[in-house]
Amino acid sequence: MSVILIMIPGAMILAGLGVWAFIIAAKKGQFDDLDTPAIRAVFDDDDERPGWHDPSHTIQDEAAPQDQSPPSAH
Amino acid sequence: MTRAISTSSVDAMPDSAAAKEEVLCDHCDLPVPAGLIDPEAEHQFCCGGCETVYNVLHGAGLEGYYGIRDAVAKDNQPAASSNQNYEELDDPAFQSACVTNLPGGECETELLLEGMHCAACVWLIERLPRVCPGVVESRANIRTRSAVVRYAPDRVPLSRVAQALDKLGYAAHPARGAGAREARRKEDRRFLIRVGVAGAIAGNVMLLAIALYGGALSGIDEFWEHTLRYYSMGLGLLSLIWPGRVFFRGAIAALRTRTAHLDIPVALALAVGGIWGSYNTLTQSGEIYFDSLSVLVFFLLVGRWVQHRQQRGAADQVELMLTLTPTSAERLLDDGTTKRVPIEAVELGMRVRVEAGGSIPCDGIIEQGTTQVDNALLTGESRPIPRAPGDEVIAGATNLGSPIVVTVSAIGDSTRAAKLMALVASATADKAPIVQFADRIAARFVIAVIVLATITLTFWTIRADLRTGIEFATALLIVTCPCALGLSTPMAMSIALGRAAKQGVLIKSAAAIEAMSNPAKLRGVMILDKTGTLTQGKTRVVRSECEPDLLQAAAAIEAASNHPLARAIIDASGDAPAPPAEGITQTPGAGIEGLVDGRRVRVGSPEFIRGSIGLDESTESAVESVLADGLTPVVIADDQGRVGVLGIGDPLRDDTTDAIAALRARGWDLHLCSGDHPEIATRLASQVGIEHAMGGASPERKAELVRTLREQGHERIVMVGDGINDAAAMALADVGIAVHGGAEAALQAADVYLTAPGVMPIETLCDLGSHTMKTIRIGLVVSLCYNTVAASLATAGLISALIAAIIMPMSSLSVVALATRPWKHKGAR
Repeated sequence: MSVILIMIPGAMILAGLGVWAFIIAAKKGQFDDLDTPAIRAVFDDDDERPGWHDPSHTIQDEAAPQDQSPPSAH
Repeated sequence: MTRAISTSSVDAMPDSAAAKEEVLCDHCDLPVPAGLIDPEAEHQFCCGGCETVYNVLHGAGLEGYYGIRDAVAKDNQPAASSNQNYEELDDPAFQSACVTNLPGGECETELLLEGMHCAACVWLIERLPRVCPGVVESRANIRTRSAVVRYAPDRVPLSRVAQALDKLGYAAHPARGAGAREARRKEDRRFLIRVGVAGAIAGNVMLLAIALYGGALSGIDEFWEHTLRYYSMGLGLLSLIWPGRVFFRGAIAALRTRTAHLDIPVALALAVGGIWGSYNTLTQSGEIYFDSLSVLVFFLLVGRWVQHRQQRGAADQVELMLTLTPTSAERLLDDGTTKRVPIEAVELGMRVRVEAGGSIPCDGIIEQGTTQVDNALLTGESRPIPRAPGDEVIAGATNLGSPIVVTVSAIGDSTRAAKLMALVASATADKAPIVQFADRIAARFVIAVIVLATITLTFWTIRADLRTGIEFATALLIVTCPCALGLSTPMAMSIALGRAAKQGVLIKSAAAIEAMSNPAKLRGVMILDKTGTLTQGKTRVVRSECEPDLLQAAAAIEAASNHPLARAIIDASGDAPAPPAEGITQTPGAGIEGLVDGRRVRVGSPEFIRGSIGLDESTESAVESVLADGLTPVVIADDQGRVGVLGIGDPLRDDTTDAIAALRARGWDLHLCSGDHPEIATRLASQVGIEHAMGGASPERKAELVRTLREQGHERIVMVGDGINDAAAMALADVGIAVHGGAEAALQAADVYLTAPGVMPIETLCDLGSHTMKTIRIGLVVSLCYNTVAASLATAGLISALIAAIIMPMSSLSVVALATRPWKHKGAR
């Protein structure tokens, strides 16, 4: 049972580290905006591949129809 | 490509519409007006703004926007470009105030964006670097509707960045007061840290408490028990002095100002529980309370944080609206060209050009141009005032007629508008805050709890010993700690704030919800402004006794005039193309005449027609009745003896009469207070059913009315208005409500801002207020029942501390669940 004498302070230190990390993150503004990142994650990876959402036309194709499939996955 | 509904597969339009071969705009999917359809063109647009955005998107390979938009936001329309040039953003005065210089030569600024509402908008705004070379990064925030833009100033000026955003359909407004925003952001973070720390501590103390309770049931070695109790004490005290110190601070502040506050009973319970718990831990006897105390701190902080966040959201939206008012002026340079400058850079003696329909940026003397100005926002006067060179105009007025050049005669603090704002500031300082329900209850609560605790202490000290007395009194203090008030009240309030926002009511202070709930009991008075609040604030033809073709002929002649009454006549004549008119002569202040289809048509005041043709008896009586209704009569006559009479005025909003009746039924004592002529105010008041009316009221008089009513014993005074002239009274009243489309000053002074047009949202707010207050009362009763039962059983020794510890969070959970009680507005349109 005497292992508890080490376990409890150890657990406290771990919890303290978690709280410390949380405070750092909060101070750096990680929790300022909780809505936009959720949206951003949906369509983040098409920048390097323009036209990826519709391989049948290029950027210059001005007359492209609009009823192309959405780039975001349904 | 002409896209018709019948061939479109992406649109979720109802099938019934498919029959109509309606042409839709390629950008926003709204029908294209018949006159704008170009059969030759490949793409069809409903306006130039949509065309600009469409071309920019396709030019930059950003067509993906349409796909995302169709996937995420079916009913939201994309914004159109406004094609402004934003050159005022490059002014050094502005740059030093709003732009941060980063190391490496880049600059960063925050822009508030109009029209940003969905995921597709975020996608588009964050692809700004593709559209506008020189922009390094653009990060959107959908909650505050803003974007932080990092750009290289040597490659692209800020005005071009703003133009690019505008071309994408998001009119950009610089976020003023960067220092204040940063301070608020820091405050938000500190708040969140307190919640997080309190939560971590509460969780750990509960883990220790499980071991202790387990030990209490099945036996525990004394050494381990005391070790665990010491750990609990360490964490519990940490919770009280770190996140929990806000309650002590609040209680001390409340005691100092001798006001009732919920923090007082909370701090009392925390302090007594903390001290007695520590004493028991050190003396190794009795109960420790740190599990309950740390959970209490956590729950109360969560409740406050939720409410704080909701309120901040409303404040952010109001701030966005504030930035929509013009903050730049068009300066006329000596060489005759004009340049947009920020309002801060305008100096005395400068010449400023004001477009027709524009807002006058500063007090000044007209140098060129004859026009009419609308002072409604400043004085409440609904009729336009003619102004010629040499006359004075005031900042905040609207130029209705033709473009004018104004020499600036006053800037900053010396303008009329600034003086009114100073009045608002002093009124705000005078205003006593509403003592909220929770705080009022708290005052009685403290007394009741202290009395009960003293009785318990004395009773058990006499019956047993001092130790048992303190033990039971402490248990009583903690178990009756107003968790329901502290948790369910903010929960119910923040839910109400969210519901109100959905109904078009933005609330800056939660106290307003309560203040609107029960007018009858507090002899509530609602003072309503007339122009722009009950009425539309625009000149329209209200009564027409005139044949349509005669009205059209009149409109054809009036097209040559820039008189505000002319605008009303043209609007009333309908959409049909006007017949050509020639030989037009104007008589200033009287009327206008000209030839239409070979007929000589005269339009003007009754005197004008009387002097030229003469009026018969039936026309005279029509003019009389128009005058009797408080409208401006305009007579139209042609040389074939046909005569028509128009009554022009400021019509009521569609919902005014219904809303006034509903508000009266709720028990509001209604007052009309207008800057307009007393006779007009009285007539309108009797028309819509308002008992008290006051006309010719200056802003100072309106504020005075609030004071007088308060002295007469009315405890709840609400001021509803739209202009700078109402702002002082709004600030002084218990609740100030700014209606849709109001002036900047009104927004600043108001506690509540309506985003939906009309007066009806106020009625919705009243309904929501009484619903919310009922929810809070039910929550209070439920939690008091829990607490009373638990406390009495515990003091009588009938239940163990373990069961009490289970009942406490259960009562909290059930009152939170109660707070989400559904609300359905009975009077909803």
